[in-house]
Amino acid sequence: MLYTKKVIDHFKNPHNFGKMKNPDGVGRVGNIVCGDVMQLYIKVGKNKKKKEVIKKIKFETFGCVAALATSSIITDLAKGKTLERALNIEKAEIVKALGGLPPIKIHCSILASEALAEAIYDYLSKNNREIPKTLQVKHKRNHQGLEKIEKKWQKK
Amino acid sequence: MKKAKIYLDYAATTPVDKRVVKVMQPFFDKKFGNTMSLHSFGQEAKMVVEDSREKVANLIGAKASEIIFTSSATESNNLALKGIAFAKKNKGRHIIISSIEHDCIVESASWLEGQGFEISKLSVDRYGFVDPKEIKKLIRKDTILVSVMHANNEIGTIEPIKEIGAVCKKAGVLFHTDAAQSFGKIPIDVNKMNIDLLTASSHKMYGPKGVACLFIREGVKVEPLLHGGGHEFGLRSSTVNTAAIVGFAKACELCKKEMKVEIKRISTLRDELISGIFKEIKNVSLNGHSKKRLANNINIAFSFIEGESLIMQLDILGVAVSTGSACSSRKLKTSSVLSSIGISPLKINGSLRLSLGRETKKSDIDYVLKVLPKAVKKLRAISPFKK
Ligand code: FES
Repeated sequence: MLYTKKVIDHFKNPHNFGKMKNPDGVGRVGNIVCGDVMQLYIKVGKNKKKKEVIKKIKFETFGCVAALATSSIITDLAKGKTLERALNIEKAEIVKALGGLPPIKIHCSILASEALAEAIYDYLSKNNREIPKTLQVKHKRNHQGLEKIEKKWQKK
Repeated sequence: MKKAKIYLDYAATTPVDKRVVKVMQPFFDKKFGNTMSLHSFGQEAKMVVEDSREKVANLIGAKASEIIFTSSATESNNLALKGIAFAKKNKGRHIIISSIEHDCIVESASWLEGQGFEISKLSVDRYGFVDPKEIKKLIRKDTILVSVMHANNEIGTIEPIKEIGAVCKKAGVLFHTDAAQSFGKIPIDVNKMNIDLLTASSHKMYGPKGVACLFIREGVKVEPLLHGGGHEFGLRSSTVNTAAIVGFAKACELCKKEMKVEIKRISTLRDELISGIFKEIKNVSLNGHSKKRLANNINIAFSFIEGESLIMQLDILGVAVSTGSACSSRKLKTSSVLSSIGISPLKINGSLRLSLGRETKKSDIDYVLKVLPKAVKKLRAISPFKK
């Protein structure tokens, strides 16, 4: 597989990986294509303009080189961003930040943005906050996908 | 420190042995004749190809006239399946293959299915063994061919070829075996093992790429796939690749001479590596049988991590291996061999194949045992699954 230097760098030294203690939001998603699973944790704080931003972020991922690299880079992209902005991080932005991905690996990058959206969903719902319609739809889809994969992985 | 470069993917391909390179050399620029030419250049090439045929045949107890040179094991397998199917279609249209065959058998069979043939797939047990009794049950009046590989490319399982051959012989059905992984590595006798057709490849046993062969028992009719000048007894028209064939033959000679010692040496290293991995790393399991496998094959599942990542991690550390993970396959599909033997999808994605070879040394094994636990630990630290 031909990966860019950026991808390999992130794969070699992933940023912000591991469990987070007492996170404000957790997102767990799975990818039906080949079954990779990602868990993302966030801590939310306020910036100077009193807007809510992602203060801390960590991930755990089971997946290929591209999945690990996209997981790592999304933590960089999301850190310090407002929740609104973070929700808008899309796969194209992630792929670009990595200097490109092999075509067959583009699907791995969706995982990261979905996990982030899920973590934000989790934070909003825990705090009884209003959840944007699009996020609600996304959540439903992600939830179904994850169930399918976890079932597959539990097979002995 | 110089970066390590340890190749443990001999089941994918092998380097050409230096002694093989040497005998091939003159056939590129000095002895370059076309075997079909009547002048001395051509005759010289013709003689050396026939001499090579003898050497290749020698390794499996066949006659020289029963060996057809082809360009790859894929071609040989295509010729075996399609060639027999078309030659025998008036007798019947039923073919039996095992569920752990190489893609080129599976794809040839499914192409034949589209041409009106019927394919039955034999299941295997949890080690990958085919049960000859099952074949007996599957054979029908219209069965024309059974094809079961000799040794599996992923898990190294060695099939009971002799017994399978005996079942086929008794039923009057032709038996083909794909021996790409075993040829030159373990003893084969086409007569004792009741084999009618056998595929072998040069680049898996220290010969050059681009040459392979199909053994076709005397009297067995095969319809050619390539028509033209009538090379290879009319079964495979194409200008003969003399240099490669000479190399292939030399590789056969070397394998024959060194086989016994190599099996012992490599299986010792293999067992050391397996037990070392089990000692150093938790949550691992061996895929395939612990004893009845090729001397050079190891296939281990590392739970909670994904194979492509593990391969890359090891590549960075200077160790080249392969995996059955869906993520590493071009079709994003998990290894069908591993799922046929009942390995769980999660474990398949974390499976690694390490295949040893002629240049593998004890120090290589030691190095792998030093870096592999680290690589696994690192990926497990990133994994969301229970550790
Ligand atoms: S995680 Fe499977 S291809 Fe990327």
